[in-house]
Amino acid sequence: MSQNYQVDNQGYYGPYGGAYVPEMLYPNIMELQNNYLSIINDVSFQKELDELLHNYVGRPTPLYFADRLSKYYNTNIFLKREDLCHTGAHKINNSLGQILLAKRLGKTRIIAETGAGQHGVATATACSLMGFECDIFMGAKDIVRQAPNVERMKMLGANIVPVHSGSKTLKDATNEAIRNWINNPTDTHYIIGSVVGPHPYPDIVARFQSVISKEVKLQLGKNPDYIIACVGGGSNAMGIFYHYLDEDTKLIGVEAAGHGVDTPMTAATLAVGTKGVLHASMTKVMQTNDGQVVEPHSVSAGLDYPGIGPQHAYLEEVGKATYHSVTDQEAIDAAHLLARKEGIIPALESAHALAYLEKLVCFKKDIVVVNLSGRGDKDLETYKTFSDNEY
Amino acid sequence: MNIKDLFKGNPKNLLNIYVTAGYPRLDSLTEIIPALAEHKVSIIEVGIPYSDPLSDGPTIQKSNMQALDNGITLELIFKQLSSIDTEVPLVLMGYYNSILQYGMERFVKKCNEVGVSGLIVPDLPIEIYLRDYRELFDNNGLSNIFLITPSTTDDRLEMIDNHSSSFIYAVSSSSTTGNNKKIEGAEEYLQGLNSKNINTPVLVGFNIRDRKSFEFVNQYASGGIIGSAFINHISNSKNLHKDTSVFVQSIKN
Repeated sequence: MSQNYQVDNQGYYGPYGGAYVPEMLYPNIMELQNNYLSIINDVSFQKELDELLHNYVGRPTPLYFADRLSKYYNTNIFLKREDLCHTGAHKINNSLGQILLAKRLGKTRIIAETGAGQHGVATATACSLMGFECDIFMGAKDIVRQAPNVERMKMLGANIVPVHSGSKTLKDATNEAIRNWINNPTDTHYIIGSVVGPHPYPDIVARFQSVISKEVKLQLGKNPDYIIACVGGGSNAMGIFYHYLDEDTKLIGVEAAGHGVDTPMTAATLAVGTKGVLHASMTKVMQTNDGQVVEPHSVSAGLDYPGIGPQHAYLEEVGKATYHSVTDQEAIDAAHLLARKEGIIPALESAHALAYLEKLVCFKKDIVVVNLSGRGDKDLETYKTFSDNEY
Repeated sequence: MNIKDLFKGNPKNLLNIYVTAGYPRLDSLTEIIPALAEHKVSIIEVGIPYSDPLSDGPTIQKSNMQALDNGITLELIFKQLSSIDTEVPLVLMGYYNSILQYGMERFVKKCNEVGVSGLIVPDLPIEIYLRDYRELFDNNGLSNIFLITPSTTDDRLEMIDNHSSSFIYAVSSSSTTGNNKKIEGAEEYLQGLNSKNINTPVLVGFNIRDRKSFEFVNQYASGGIIGSAFINHISNSKNLHKDTSVFVQSIKN
């Protein structure tokens, strides 16, 4: 029997989701809620987006059989090569979809938050392509650790707004983007980069990322036994889970354990979080007993987030997907392994999904699809630092 | 006094001062509230510090962070309030997650115990309040205070008006708190608001920082709310009683 894992007409996934927005944002959110489905489902919209995804992004991305990695793990591993998307990660799927949405809503200015810089680069790219003004909010700490992406965004014409409040990472960059939206309610569209935030954002982003699983279905021809994806907010994971929610495939999300889920230096929200409101959504949140959101830690700036998309919180609760975590070191090791076995340098975020292969108990005949959500050029400094320490 | 009783007889020129609990020092409320009361402030709005205050600009954000660093908790705020005896109606302002983790029922009962009679939760939409909490608030004599903005539609305004039992908080411009917009820019909005038949008294907040802006909004509403300007004024205060008194006297006679 098929259960509905998608958002209900009130904007919830079971008890999670909703739109806990201040009254100042109510009109913006209502405008989106009232219009997003009719816009996204419009044939001319889909045609325009499909053409961009094909000719500009380079979709469909390959589903690559990783022969040497498969032999190493004694199973059959396919990599969904989102790292080969234009701009180097899956984020562009959503940024292009949302900029077409913004255009149809009559907006002229775009704001976005970014952690690793991948969503920032994707959004800066989309804005350049469509001729939109663009402000990217980025934590001061992330600006330092993701310097190459900062330069890319600047070259693309985006204005980088450093965020010095709170933890100076993705959480506070998101806060500042929301505050900026409050202050610019009419001309501005906020392109959220993950399946987080107030309804309808988790649904919008999931729909634009669902192209990933749509392609895997066509490319593989049969259902895989396992799908593995890393989860920060959870957009690449939701994208590759989306068309398998009604199938028997085991869906596995991998969070960033940081130094370990039993230490304070972690970003594994489902492992250590409790129910709460973050960024206007009811979800699982890393917080104190007093409800203060705590500072997460992950070596990967893209997973360094103290919340998670409400749909993931729901999928975990009902047991449709399972969520695990791997440490910084395990992710680094997995990145080195992929580089040596397959000649592919993965993003630190995607390396978390790869690291779970060490723990996956599977058979030789099984088919495992790993979402290789991004490429690792931006992370060379971190890889180098860890290697220096190692040897 | 219960906030509802304040509005009997339709008083005008009401001054609501916002203060972040635990700021600038952990126990500052015990000095600030008596000083505000002494100078006949109409309403005292106590902010519950939160790690992620989405509707607040830099001034209140910083006061929240410092208060949290000072060690403030909701439990401690209630403890401090219970030790203060004042006739001025007390209102708590906080984000939904703080209250959710404390437990709404426990929170409302505690408000009742310590003499808090109004609540402002900017990120708790009225629909969810009506569905989950209205009865609880009513049973405990707690008044929920809703925000309206220049973009609030007439239908929504009517719904908010119908479910308000003390005052409506009109945000003077679409913005976060503590920005530099001139209150005069809100003239058209406030005039329009005045001409609508709103049954609930309206207090205007955001962009009110001195006597001039306070008197400006009094022309159109029952009073005004000052937050960031007061927080800025006391940020380096060595003598909170004196500095609070000076501030209030600079706003009203």
